[in-house]
Amino acid sequence: MTDSKYFTTTKKGEIFELKAELNSDKKEKKKEAVKKVIASMTVGKDVSALFPDVVNCMQTDNLELKKLVYLYLMNYAKSQPDMAIMAVNTFVKDCEDPNPLIRALAVRTMGCIRVDKITEYLCEPLRKCLKDEDPYVRKTAAVCVAKLHDINAQLVEDQGFLDTLKDLISDSNPMVVANAVAALSEIAESHPNSNLLDLNPQTINKLLTALNECTEWGQIFILDCLANYMPCDDRESQSICERVTPRLSHANSAVVLSAVKVLMKFMEMLPKDLDYYGTLLKKLAPPLVTLLSAEAELQYVALRNINLIVQKRPEILKHEMKVFFVKYNDPIYVKLEKLDIMIRLASQANIAQVLAELKEYATEVDVDFVRKAVRAIGRCAIKVEQSAERCVSTLLDLIQTKVNYVVQEAIVVIKDIFRKYPNKYESVIATLCENLDSLDEPEARAAMIWIVGEYAERIDNADELLESFLEGFHDESAQVQLQLLTAIVKLFLKKPTETQELVQQVLSLATQDSDNPDLRDRGYIYWRLLSTDPVAAKEVVLAEKPLISEETDLIEPTLLEELICHIGTLASVYHKPPSAFVEGSRGVQHKRLPARAVITLVKRTGLSGSNMGAGLGVAPAAMPASLGGAPAVGGGLGDLFDLGGGVGMPTGSYVAPKTVWLLAIKAKGLEISGTFARRGGIIQMDLSLTNKAMSVMTDFAVQFNRNSFGLAPAGPMQVLTPLSPNQTIDVSLPLSMSGPVMKMEPLNNLQVAVKNNIDVFYFSCQYPLSLLFVEDGRFYRQVFLATWKDIPNDSEAQFQIKDIHLNSDVASNKLQGSNIFTIAKRTVEGQDMLYQSIKLTNGIWVLAEMRIQTGNPNYTCTVPRIVYASLLHSQ
Amino acid sequence: MIHSLFLINNAGDLFLEKHWKSVISRSVCDYFFEAREKAVEPDNVPPVIRTPHHYLINIYREKIFFVSVIQTEVPPLFVIEFLHRVAETFQDYFGECSETTIKDNVVIVYELLEEMLDNGFPLATESNILKELIRPPTILRSMVNTITGSSNVGETLPTGQLSNIPWRRAGVKYTNNEAYFDVVEEIDAILDKSGTTVFAEIQGVIDACVKLSGMPDLTLSFMNPRLLDDVSFHPCVRYKRWESERVISFIPPDGNFQLMSYHISAQNLVAIPIYVKQNISFFETGSSGRLDIAVGPKQTMGKTVECLVVTVHMPKVVLSANLSATQGTYNYDPVTKILLWDIGKLNPQKLPNLKGSLSLQSGAPKPEENPSLNIDLKIQQLAISGLKVNRLDMYGEKYKPFKGVKYVTKAGKFQVRT
Repeated sequence: MTDSKYFTTTKKGEIFELKAELNSDKKEKKKEAVKKVIASMTVGKDVSALFPDVVNCMQTDNLELKKLVYLYLMNYAKSQPDMAIMAVNTFVKDCEDPNPLIRALAVRTMGCIRVDKITEYLCEPLRKCLKDEDPYVRKTAAVCVAKLHDINAQLVEDQGFLDTLKDLISDSNPMVVANAVAALSEIAESHPNSNLLDLNPQTINKLLTALNECTEWGQIFILDCLANYMPCDDRESQSICERVTPRLSHANSAVVLSAVKVLMKFMEMLPKDLDYYGTLLKKLAPPLVTLLSAEAELQYVALRNINLIVQKRPEILKHEMKVFFVKYNDPIYVKLEKLDIMIRLASQANIAQVLAELKEYATEVDVDFVRKAVRAIGRCAIKVEQSAERCVSTLLDLIQTKVNYVVQEAIVVIKDIFRKYPNKYESVIATLCENLDSLDEPEARAAMIWIVGEYAERIDNADELLESFLEGFHDESAQVQLQLLTAIVKLFLKKPTETQELVQQVLSLATQDSDNPDLRDRGYIYWRLLSTDPVAAKEVVLAEKPLISEETDLIEPTLLEELICHIGTLASVYHKPPSAFVEGSRGVQHKRLPARAVITLVKRTGLSGSNMGAGLGVAPAAMPASLGGAPAVGGGLGDLFDLGGGVGMPTGSYVAPKTVWLLAIKAKGLEISGTFARRGGIIQMDLSLTNKAMSVMTDFAVQFNRNSFGLAPAGPMQVLTPLSPNQTIDVSLPLSMSGPVMKMEPLNNLQVAVKNNIDVFYFSCQYPLSLLFVEDGRFYRQVFLATWKDIPNDSEAQFQIKDIHLNSDVASNKLQGSNIFTIAKRTVEGQDMLYQSIKLTNGIWVLAEMRIQTGNPNYTCTVPRIVYASLLHSQ
Repeated sequence: MIHSLFLINNAGDLFLEKHWKSVISRSVCDYFFEAREKAVEPDNVPPVIRTPHHYLINIYREKIFFVSVIQTEVPPLFVIEFLHRVAETFQDYFGECSETTIKDNVVIVYELLEEMLDNGFPLATESNILKELIRPPTILRSMVNTITGSSNVGETLPTGQLSNIPWRRAGVKYTNNEAYFDVVEEIDAILDKSGTTVFAEIQGVIDACVKLSGMPDLTLSFMNPRLLDDVSFHPCVRYKRWESERVISFIPPDGNFQLMSYHISAQNLVAIPIYVKQNISFFETGSSGRLDIAVGPKQTMGKTVECLVVTVHMPKVVLSANLSATQGTYNYDPVTKILLWDIGKLNPQKLPNLKGSLSLQSGAPKPEENPSLNIDLKIQQLAISGLKVNRLDMYGEKYKPFKGVKYVTKAGKFQVRT
């Protein structure tokens, strides 16, 4: 007899019948009836009308019946809140049952009843269960706190459940620890700054102990939690790595990948010359390879992550190319990912093998895959210079197959090869030209036209070829039309005598007969250029172009770092930072890889001297270099006070007056003055552009060179109207911190390029470091002193700020406006001591002590110290 | 964590839904159906699908899509592993994991899902524990239940759940104590046209069937443990002892389980048991082609190759095949375009050969792609890597168990290019 019998009664009076059965005296009949009700529920039938009758069955000593009723309750309580209250008593009673299974079941079900009215009644039983003698009940109760928090967060906080939950991290039972961690992690996701998971060496030790003994799922929670910890030095980091490594041999692939995440992150702190560092690198390869023998879905997620890992640390998998070879029956999503990784791993040593494989794939059935394989050959050529020739000949072989889409794809990539290695492979052009007629995709046609234009002087019948395209000009896509226009102009500049007619024809087609504005504008530009100054036209159109490189395919380094911290998550599958797409995670914090990055920054500042403090994890003396040492910044701090000396001025970030950055005589009439400001957490560059020339300026654009903190424009510069002579426009350019990082001298130097219709101009300016002080720079008061003491004495700097007539409170307020937070204040012998903290956008903490003698206009600012991010607290 | 689960069959009917938090409307599956449509083949549906408010993570098993819904950042592997566990549990409970069996046992399915996940957190996923909580259906039991009114649900706390060995239940008793181990190796390989190995590796697993009373503590050792440098263990295995002594020491779960899996990728260790000579060609004119495939033994270590099957995925234009086989039978399915040649046992004296002509759709151009051959085979009493179990010792219990080890080698993803 099977459960399908429960579906057979679909008669009209079904509900009525069930009602009668539910109220039957016979236990067995009751149970059967509840089963029927559940079965109807599972297929989406509405049986909520039976609510009171089902709840009546709840008071039973039959466990199965109880479970079934609970199942029903969870489903329908929401729609019948008043009725659901009837169930409360039974829950409370069950929570005291001698059988721990019943107690756990009750507390588990309670949490699933998402009715506000009921939750209040459940606090007491839950509190008891959290302290139950039986660990099975405690672990169930831990999860219940997370459920309750989801329904009513305030209630959970008021009742102090979060503290009880934190205590459970020290529980003697590993399963309880794991569930407490899981619950806290889930709650923390909606409270980014709550510091719920306060990780310190003691708790870490407890977690590591529990890690060995809890279930596979618990291991995942614990490992993911560990990954958020910042070890204070390389020794601690190594000891955590050693204890996590055995997880790499776990049968559950999610455990393996979470362990990989912890190792990839903490490895960052280990000195590269350490033996253990090499050992660890070797240990990482086999588990990653093993992930690829799992089911296709697991492979896919693994491959997306491996893609990140090989970009960060190519050495781990450099000898494992073969495992990424594509198998005939791999699903398409696995095939495409493998292909991508093959290219990333391609090097001079293995390129022959890779090319042979790619050529094989180019004859497969799946068109998408074939296309990507052909593209991959082109990417290999661009990546591995020595292989370019072999790649080109492979592509030519493929063109010989005359398979239409293969030929087209090959031509597109050969164009890119030309852009990387100009004037090297023109011999193949003849072969390409033979296939001209078969090209029907715009991208391939455009590529071919580009090649003809670029090498017009070496193709005898270039004019004929281009002319043949011109015949159907209006039927072509915009991409092809634009290419055709440019190619013909190039041809004309190279062979002016024979092609005058052709160029006139294309210019008139583009400017008069087309309604595409891009095409028309480009047509006019060429036309004017050609008619006013052919020499200049030649310089512009035939100018030498920068070479392309493989870097265009790589993930930008700061994003890559963040993604490495998120290995195994959705972010790693989509290769996007979690803030970009996860809904409901308010204010996701950007995670960063720890340590060495910071230490190297310090090293480069050159002032840090002997004790690099790797052993202590403290990066010493960096601050004097960047703040105290550099007079510009010492002054900058003074500036923060200068703010008009104004009493009653609204506190806010200090903004320096604009200074002239670019002189008009140096920039063909364009004068730029500007300053930087931090408004509501957003860094802005305020610019005034003045046109001191005689003609109108348009097409403004701006770009930054790499700089110490990765400042970059967050969007294009918005200059909407043309700038007429003697006009000034004010522009505010929001900046992001996601640009490429390179240490500058001085540290706060920024090199800027501004382009307009006339030329490109370069200037450099310096931004105040206070620009980088973030709003959540308040260090934890409890640990401030301990941290302060932990910093070695020789990593301090001292300087005086003169002539400030403010008392300590006003000064403190003023500084707070610039995100310098006063953590504590002490008065000793007529001196006010302010203890302050600052956090920079890249996670560096600065601690400072400021001494103010009443009546003395000179402040002594002692010891700006830098502590390595999150030394004692973790995010 | 995991919010909801939808089960959808191959035809696109949603036949079961389970929510662990608030109810999510099944309309969310529309995004899945869209992706399913786009993928054409069910195997090609992307495992992670993004919708405006949720993520759908799915696996495809036994013609059923297990589609889970998540709302926050959850490790996708965690979800996929869990879904596999669900499918395995159904298989374990009902003998097969199909729409019919799930529908037939819908209440047990519901009870199981409820037991496996709490608020989206995994609760009990070990088969040993689940079986204590919810007894699997047997014909006998459902009859007994109907007569006596006893239930399917365990009345006591599952004992293993709290001990340090959560995978084993207490109080196990057998009259015949026995422990059997199957060393199963699969060869994954790609051979190119000329028969050269492009890529080869071995995926090995040791499956165990342990029916021992009490709390036995077992130690399994190998003749040549050095072969194993990339291993994954069942949670019961003590990793420290493996690291230091290269032995597998463990207290086993009761019943069937996978003790370990391993992966051997060093090419020199991977023997290829057969060779394949093939020639498939299509003519420019006449809408026809020729096919000639011969198979013979290569490195079989003196064992017989059995269950040999060659599968060829033909290009779409191939209408029919007129072939003759010296051994076994062949069948060409003009709908799926799959040519299947079932050879059976490989006789080294008389090498099997399949040849003949193919007819193509008239007027169609010569196919552009090269068909690819997949090989299936089995070799009994041989682990192709040479791995050998040395001995199995039992501590902690007094009785003498029956012990046995079986070896078998199979073809995994074994592909020959043409």
